[in-house]
Amino acid sequence: MTKRSVLGYRRENGGVGVRNHVIILPVDDISNAACEAVANNIKGTLALPHAYGRLQFGEDLELHFRTMIGTGSNANVAAVIVIGIEAGWTQRIVDGIARTGKPVKGFSIEGKGDLQTIAEASRQAKEYLQWASELQRTDCGLEELYISVKCGESDTTTGLASCPTVGNVIDKHCGDGGTASFGETSELTGAEHIVAAKAATEEVRKAFLAAFEDYTKLVFDQKTNDLSESQPTKGNIAGGLTTIEEKALGNVEKLGKRTKFVGCLTPASAPTTAGLWFMDTSSAAAEAVTLWAASGAVVHLFPTGQGNVIGNPIEPVIKLSGNPKTVASMSEHIDLDVSKILQGEMTIDEAGDALLDMIVRTANGRLTAAEALGHREFVMTKLYRSA
Amino acid sequence: MIHFLVHNAADNVGVAVVDLEPGTACSGRILADNSNLKARAEQAIPLGHKLALRDFSIGDTVVKYGCEIGRIVQPVKAGNHVHTHNLKTKRWA
Repeated sequence: MTKRSVLGYRRENGGVGVRNHVIILPVDDISNAACEAVANNIKGTLALPHAYGRLQFGEDLELHFRTMIGTGSNANVAAVIVIGIEAGWTQRIVDGIARTGKPVKGFSIEGKGDLQTIAEASRQAKEYLQWASELQRTDCGLEELYISVKCGESDTTTGLASCPTVGNVIDKHCGDGGTASFGETSELTGAEHIVAAKAATEEVRKAFLAAFEDYTKLVFDQKTNDLSESQPTKGNIAGGLTTIEEKALGNVEKLGKRTKFVGCLTPASAPTTAGLWFMDTSSAAAEAVTLWAASGAVVHLFPTGQGNVIGNPIEPVIKLSGNPKTVASMSEHIDLDVSKILQGEMTIDEAGDALLDMIVRTANGRLTAAEALGHREFVMTKLYRSA
Repeated sequence: MIHFLVHNAADNVGVAVVDLEPGTACSGRILADNSNLKARAEQAIPLGHKLALRDFSIGDTVVKYGCEIGRIVQPVKAGNHVHTHNLKTKRWA
């Protein structure tokens, strides 16, 4: 296949983004108000309020910092304002983002209050926004885009149509030297042997199985029943999925037919080479996509059967569905209709090419359904209670 | 028109790709080799739901994608609807 190009934003560190956000990033929950005030003052900037960042410790705190720094470092972000209650953690996040070479400045509230902080940060945000507004899109290779994949509100049509379509794109994208990531650790249950067989090396296979066993232990430690109230979801069941095994076997169709995965990532960590990567994530859509955005992914592919409406503030989420009822009843949420696959009127390969076309259009600037509808779910993964 | 799809020749259930009424004579396709097969829906089976391709007894394993997807907990006749009322996970139990 001839390599295709997109019009993207080449960042200071060489990474390619498809959006040009100036974000106002709160270090902690109590800095949300100041961030939202700055974004309200400077139209066109984007505040990312969230629920955490205080009294966390250990691996949970490390994940918090990775998610904050990774979000700011994402190539879809042109510049960042960081606001926290205290100077120390604020500076740690500023320093982490600054390693990309992009403009970033931190402000802390303690000792001067919200109003002065908002005034100072708003002046800086205005400068960043005007600077970013003059950045131009340039020719970049499609294979330079880091793509993440995860399905939601799945049904049996996802395993028949939309997930194999994503798998076809994974084979083509990674075959061209691109980078991609999948995860949803708990939703691999029943298909973990298929995933393990796709590991590029024995070391990668063992790392994957260790992450999988760790998540399985969490489920067994915390569960109060067989999870049939949560996995599959009521939406999955309405769509015909009966068990977690059946759901998982449809899920792993997204991995493609010939691509091997080259490594395992802890949540919100960035791939270090091209190729397909496993990331240890929750299967809840907003949590998982937030982790991929923090790992640097710039486009997300989201197959849905019954119609999950998720979006992300900085990573465009492209939705595709193979369920003709959902395509008709929730058309405003669906970017690509692959339901013709069910009647044999469209092949998986044709659907994969159609999805690649949609990736190119999205990268070039087309707003996804989720972007147009204002879906900006930014949900931090929390590993345990704070101290 | 295709009424149901089967992922793998080893599967003992198919997936309705249109809403099936009881008594419908159904045309199916096996995706792994593009071969065709016939079945009769004995119950209403909505689009996306599973159709039994053979009789099952309690304890039998249901196979889809050529892999196990759970165990039968109520007897099922060929052509019946296979779902949460007669099929349960073998995991997390």
